[in-house]
This record gives sequence, C-alpha cells and structure tokens, in this order.
Amino acid sequence: MTQNQILSKEKIAPLVTRFVVTAPDIARKRKAGQFVIIRVNEEGERIPLTIADADAEKGTITLISQSVGKTTYELADLEVGDHLQDIAGPLGSPTHIEKYGMVVAIGGGIGIAPLYPITQAMKKAGNHIIAILGARNKDLVILEKEMTKVSDEIIVTTDDGSYGRKGFVTTALQELIDQKRKMDLVIAIGPAIMMKNVAEVTRPYHISTLASLNTIMVDGTGMCGGCRVTVGDEIKFVCVDGPEFDAHQVEWKEMMLRLDMYKEHECRAMERYRKEKKAQQA
Amino acid sequence: MNAKERLQIPPQSMPEQEPHVRIHNQQEVPLGFTPELAVKEAQRCLQCRKAPCIAGCPVSIDIPKFIKMIEDGDFKGALAKIKERNMLPAICGRVCPQEEQCQVQCTLSKSKKAIHLAVSIGKLERFVADWERQQGVMDIPSLPAKTGKHAAVIGSGPAGLTVAGDLILMGHDVTVFEALHKPGGVLTYGIPEFRLPKEIVNYEVEYLKKLGVTFKFDYVIGKIKSIEELLEEFDAVFIGTGAGLPSFLKVPGENLLGVYSANEFLTRANLMKAYDFPASDTPIFAAQTVATIGGGNVAMDSARSAIRLGAKKSYILYRRSEKEMPARIEEIEHAKEEGVEFHLLVNPTRIIGNNKGWVKEIELLKMELGEPDASGRRRPVPIKGSEFIIPVDAVVVAIGNSPNPLIPKETPEIKTQSWGGIIIDEQTGKTSMKGVWAGGDIVLGAATVILAMGHGRIAAQNMHEYMMNGQW
Ligand SMILES: Cc1cc2nc3c(=O)[nH]c(=O)nc-3n(C[C@H](O)[C@H](O)[C@H](O)COP(=O)(O)OP(=O)(O)OC[C@H]3O[C@@H](n4cnc5c(N)ncnc54)[C@H](O)[C@@H]3O)c2cc1C
Ligand SMILES: Cc1cc2nc3c(=O)[nH]c(=O)nc-3n(C[C@H](O)[C@H](O)[C@H](O)COP(=O)(O)OP(=O)(O)OC[C@H]3O[C@@H](n4cnc5c(N)ncnc54)[C@H](O)[C@@H]3O)c2cc1C
Ligand code: SF4
Ligand code: SF4
Ligand code: FES
Repeated sequence: MTQNQILSKEKIAPLVTRFVVTAPDIARKRKAGQFVIIRVNEEGERIPLTIADADAEKGTITLISQSVGKTTYELADLEVGDHLQDIAGPLGSPTHIEKYGMVVAIGGGIGIAPLYPITQAMKKAGNHIIAILGARNKDLVILEKEMTKVSDEIIVTTDDGSYGRKGFVTTALQELIDQKRKMDLVIAIGPAIMMKNVAEVTRPYHISTLASLNTIMVDGTGMCGGCRVTVGDEIKFVCVDGPEFDAHQVEWKEMMLRLDMYKEHECRAMERYRKEKKAQQA
Repeated sequence: MNAKERLQIPPQSMPEQEPHVRIHNQQEVPLGFTPELAVKEAQRCLQCRKAPCIAGCPVSIDIPKFIKMIEDGDFKGALAKIKERNMLPAICGRVCPQEEQCQVQCTLSKSKKAIHLAVSIGKLERFVADWERQQGVMDIPSLPAKTGKHAAVIGSGPAGLTVAGDLILMGHDVTVFEALHKPGGVLTYGIPEFRLPKEIVNYEVEYLKKLGVTFKFDYVIGKIKSIEELLEEFDAVFIGTGAGLPSFLKVPGENLLGVYSANEFLTRANLMKAYDFPASDTPIFAAQTVATIGGGNVAMDSARSAIRLGAKKSYILYRRSEKEMPARIEEIEHAKEEGVEFHLLVNPTRIIGNNKGWVKEIELLKMELGEPDASGRRRPVPIKGSEFIIPVDAVVVAIGNSPNPLIPKETPEIKTQSWGGIIIDEQTGKTSMKGVWAGGDIVLGAATVILAMGHGRIAAQNMHEYMMNGQW
C-alpha cells in the first residue's frame, strides 16, 4: 500500500465511481467540507474533488467522481492498485459545524457526495437533519443508504418520478416551508442551477442558506484567481475563501457563465480521448 | 592586454532566435555565448581595483575574479567562484535585472552613461553555468558528517531552494514541502520557457536531490500540516511561500469570460503546458486580441506568451511611460521585436462584455505624469473625460502580486506587515515565532529572484547556528 494508491473502486451509479485511496496525512487532517486537487497522469489537468469520507486509522480517503469530461473519464478508467499522479489537500475552508437546531441538507446528483461528510458532521454536532436528495432518475440517486444513516428524515425526489417523489428538490423544500417546518440552516450542493433555485426558495423567508460552489480551479491555493466569484460586493476565491458561501449573496449568473468558459476545449479534449481509446481497443 | 586595448573591444552580442521564428515556438530567445564570444566579452572587463560592480550585486559575487577566469579559459574555476555566493547562476544570469544591479555600477557603463556598454556580467554568468550543464557531469561536492538535525523548507522557489542547498551542505537533513506538483515556484509556473527553460530549473532541483534533499509535492502547509506541527518534527522551519496572491483592478467587468490574472494565464501556459493543448489536458482561451495590463516582467511574459498562443494582436497597457516600466530592458525590447504593441499612459476603467459574457472591449482613461511618488517614479494623473474604448477579446491583469496569506492566516504567532508581508529580522531572517525563519517574496512582496536567494542565504546561516547551539 503506497501513497495515492487506489485500494477499492466501485460503480455506485451510471458514470459515478467511488474510490478509496491512500493519503494518510490528508485522512488525518481533513474536515467536512474540504476537497483535494488531483491529477490522473503526468499530462493531466488539476481537478478538484470533495473528500467524501476518510478513515484516519487506515490512512485512506474516499473520492466520488462523476464522469463528465476527459479527466473524470480517465479517472474512472483506473483500476485497483493504480496510483493517482497527484493528490493535494485538504483544501478549502472546512464547513462551520455547530448545533443550529434544524438543518436541511439538500443534494442534487453528484452533489450528494460532498453533502454527505457535512451532513455527517452536522448530525454529530446534535442537529436534527432533514435530507432532500434529488436526481434525474432512480439510477442516479447515490449514497441514499449513507445519507439515511446520518439524517433524521429523508426525502428523495426524481425529475421523472422513477423513484421517490416526482419533482425537484426545490418542490420538496417549498412543501416543508409551507408546512411551517422550522429551519435554522439550509445547505445546498449540486448543479449551480439547483443551488441558485434553492437560494430563491429560501430568500423570501430569510432562511440562512449555504451553497458549495464548484467553480473551475487550477492551483487550489489562492494563487491564480481562476475560481473567483462575486459574493455580495466582494470578489472571493472559492478555493481558499470557500467552497461554501451564503447562497443569497452569490452572483449566480456570473458563476454559471464562468463554469462554461472552456466548454469548447472540454469537448475537444473529450473527442480526442474517445478516439484514442477506440484506437487502443481496436 | 592593456586597458586601452580592452576599451576597444565592442560589447559582444548574444545570438538570438529571430523574432518571426521564435513567436511560433516556446524555445529560449537568447541562445547563449559561444566560448569564443564569452572570452572576448570577458576581455572587456577592466578588472577595476574597487570593482563597483560587486556592490551592485545583492549577493556580492566577486565579479572581476570570475570574469578573469573566463578570460583565462578556466570556466570551471569561474563557476566555482560564482557559486561561493550564488547557487543558481544559470537562472540569475538570465533573469536578474542587471541593468539596475551589477551592470549599472560597471565602470564601462557609468563613465559613458550608457548602460549597454557595461560588461555583460549576467550573460557571462549564464555562460559558465550553461557550459557546466552541457558537459553532462554534475559536480557533487562531498558532504560533511551529518549533524542529526532536520530542517523543513516551505516552498520550492528560489528562496526555498537556496536554503535547502545551503543547509544540506552544512550536514543537516532537509525536507522541502511544495504546494504544487512541480518544484521551482515562479521559476516554473510563472516565468515562461522561452525566457527560462524548465530544464535549467529541473537541473538545479536534481542537484539538490543528489545531495540528499527530500522533496514533498502537493503539500500545502497550513492545510495538511500547521507550522506548530512541523516544529514538532523538525528542528527549524523556513517559510519561502512567495507572493502568489494576484491583485485585480477592481473595475467593472473583471469577472467576464476571457479576463485572467497573469498568474492564471501563465500557470495554464507554463506549468500546465496549455500551449500543447490538447496533447496536454489544460486549456487556455486562444484569443485573437489580448490586452495585458501592467509594465513589469510579469506583464511582458504574459504579452509575449499571448503571441505564442496565437494572438494576432497583443497589447501592453501601462499607466505610466516607458521610462517608469519596471520590466527588464531586455524583456521590453524582446516584446517589441515580437510585435507587442505598447499603449502607454492609459488606465483601464471598465471591461465590456458581449451578450454571452465574453470580453469584447476595454475602456481606457488617458493619464499624464505628475510629481514623483514614494517610489521616486512620476505619478500618473488621470486626464478628465479622456476615456476611449478599444476592442479586445482577452484581458490579462498583471498589476502585481502580494504575499500568499495562507500560512500567516493559519499562524497568528507570525507577525506580518499591514500589506501581508511576514516581518523578519533583516540580519538573521528570523520571524516572530521561535524556530521559524522566512525570506523571499513572502517577506518583500513581489521582488526578484536574487533578493529571494539572498534572503535564503542569510536565513540558512542563522538556522544552522540555531540548530547547532539551540540559541534563539
Ligand atoms: C470544490 C469542488 C469540489 C468538487 N467535488 C466533486 C466531487 O466530489 N465529485 C465530482 O464528480 N465532481 C466534483 N467537482 C467537479 C469536478 O471538479 C469537475 O467535474 C471536473 O473538474 C470535471 O473535469 P473533466 O476534465 O472530467 O471535465 P471537463 O472536460 O473539464 O468538463 C466537462 C463538463 O463538466 C462541466 N464542468 C467543468 N468543471 C466543472 C466543475 N468544476 N463543476 C461542475 N461542472 C464542471 C463543464 O461545463 C463540462 O460541461 C468539484 C468541484 C469543486 C470546485
Ligand atoms: C511572471 C513573473 C516573471 C518574473 N520575472 C522575474 C525576472 O525576470 N527577474 C527576477 O529577478 N524576478 C522575476 N520575477 C520575480 C521572482 O520570480 C520572484 O521574486 C521570486 O521567484 C521569489 O522567490 P520565492 O522563493 O520567494 O517565492 P516563489 O518563487 O513565489 O516560490 C514560492 C513557492 O512556495 C509555494 N507555496 C506557497 N504557499 C505554500 C504552502 N502553504 N505550502 C507549501 N508551498 C507553498 C508556491 O507554490 C511556490 O512554489 C518574476 C515573477 C513573475 C510572477
Ligand atoms: S547574481 Fe545577478 S546581480 Fe549578481 S552578478 Fe549575477 S547577474 Fe549580477
Ligand atoms: S566594474 Fe565593470 S569593468 Fe570594472 S571590474 Fe566590474 S565588470 Fe569589470
Ligand atoms: S483555484 Fe487558483 S485561486 Fe482558487
């Protein structure tokens, strides 16, 4: 067992893979809400992934990655025994954990992976947890078992109604609000548009709402400013000042535009990767 | 050869890649002296008894001595002489602002008030270092007996590398912790290949590894380990984390797509090799018209990188005049040769986007020069109502970097200046925390390679004393 080695690999949903890798120093130090930056190989891009879980004694961390582009596809191609080229972390500011009372934890799609360690810590701090998990369809609901363990109540929604309740996470959230359920904090992690919509739902009721932003990053140490977002009137660097911010203050439109900055490049990289892989298999 | 004969030798110019060729590649621009050219250039040195050049060098290299050795063909001896004071001659020879340091003091330039007449001290320094590397044999000195002490160095820029080299040669064990996946600091992620080939940085790091220095990459100190935790494991700690925090203009439109900090632009281009995309995985936006804001080396590197990435037009927008530009003269000249257009005495007031959020134009305000400010340079004063707009599709902000706040933020015991620099005792490099030293850009703000090395040297000496006698 050496540093950065993959000890287990498991497909937990279509295109979603869970890895357990050795990173003893990170495992010991990490707190809920933090992430790592990895590179898969020597020519590889640096991409951020949340530390979904860790075992300090075994010296391992858990990463859950959804394949969306070249790097995450390459990652999914690695096998048990292989090594990641680089793992830097734990990065970002840990989530502020305290006993708020009632915490609503909302995860959309792959966002459930980063939501899990935070929910776990919030539960441990004595909060009553209502989890709302949303996905496009049944197959894409991840970590339901794990989330159930750390929640007092759990609601699952799917866009197509193939599992749980039909609708979006915001529908379920609005219902809770309409039922006059008390909420001290809402945490939303998922696609930017979901987090923005959650913020819009809670805004009129002045319910504190946190979102964990998934901007494009390079170094992850506050050096490049590529991850910058406008929060309130200030520019913040997601990698050091975040990743969590007051969802009511985030300039969502700008953030979503910036996330798509390299769309064309990403498609080109992916095409090339597909071709290379085909050639390899032939 | 007498002084008169020496004075008759013209300055030897270094062969360079032609501009129209080099804008299509990443290879180094000046190709280096041949031994013949180096000896000829060395013959120009008058061996002045008072050697004013030495006083101009922040690490006081014995300049006339090493130049004499070059003249006599003893390149190995010349390198050894330089290395007594400067661990990284191949790097300093290339990037030192010689025209403000050693060469401005040179008798040959001073007497005629013509900087280009100075002996090319930097180029000669580069020559001997390159000559050694090209021999293909790395001279590994024998190490003294181990002291049993172990020092931690945070950051692998020039300051950290210098501390590591000095301490290992004094018999200590050294571990260098670097946040990124490659060593070198700005030398690797910031300064482009065409100005400082990474092969050279790697060579110096290889040398340190051969001496026994341990490197740990992807280690962000302050996150994975605190300074307090390092002090439990190590006998002394050096902080050389640089000035990595990019400044922005704080004008509207700065978060539009296509606006980069120079750090991001250069990191994508250099460290992540975006110029090789898609063979390398990290993309960069290949803009047709790039405006770089600033007038320092960072700005020149960005504007010249933009051209190599395919820009048809690359502008430098600077708020003072060319005379006040802090960039090295050579970089300014190279940028002009490569077609970079200089727009002086202008200050951006706003960046304008198209309906998809991409940069479309930049609005500039004309400036004029007023009274000198604290830095001695004439202060730019806005001319009211002189705004005008030029079309651009990317903007690179290169207006400065400040000290990386990560470690000071996590370590309140370390005192900092109001602007973020770690406060040290100049004589020793000590910080306000026992067992902890600092140097380079984290102390000075964005400064120079040679000053970072100078700091490293002072700190290493003091760390050595502390580790041996335990007295703080
Ligand atoms: C702090 C943080 C934590 C994250 N944690 C996780 C995690 O635990 N699991 C996980 O699967 N992903 C996580 N992400 C997102 C992950 O980093 C991106 O999916 C990854 O960089 C995509 O790289 P790629 O080369 O595979 O795809 P690319 O080719 O770069 O992108 C493919 C597609 O994904 C979109 N995309 C690009 N970057 C991001 C991004 N940062 N976030 C969302 N979409 C993006 C693009 O618009 C494009 O459509 C996290 C991001 C951040 C900032
Ligand atoms: C584009 C550019 C061009 C330049 N051109 C010139 C030039 O021509 N001539 C010249 O003399 N100077 C030049 N400079 C300035 C010069 O490069 C710097 O003054 C010098 O590199 C400072 O050295 P340093 O060792 O203090 O820090 P850096 O070189 O900045 O190195 C600091 C290192 O510490 C690492 N680090 C930061 N935080 C942590 C952490 N928490 N844990 C672990 N590691 C960490 C960083 O990743 C980095 O590798 C230029 C600078 C730039 C940006
Ligand atoms: S180290 Fe720099 S300043 Fe000193 S002699 Fe060499 S080039 Fe000149
Ligand atoms: S001042 Fe110039 S000429 Fe005199 S010793 Fe120094 S380099 Fe040589
Ligand atoms: S990723 Fe570079 S500053 Fe945040």
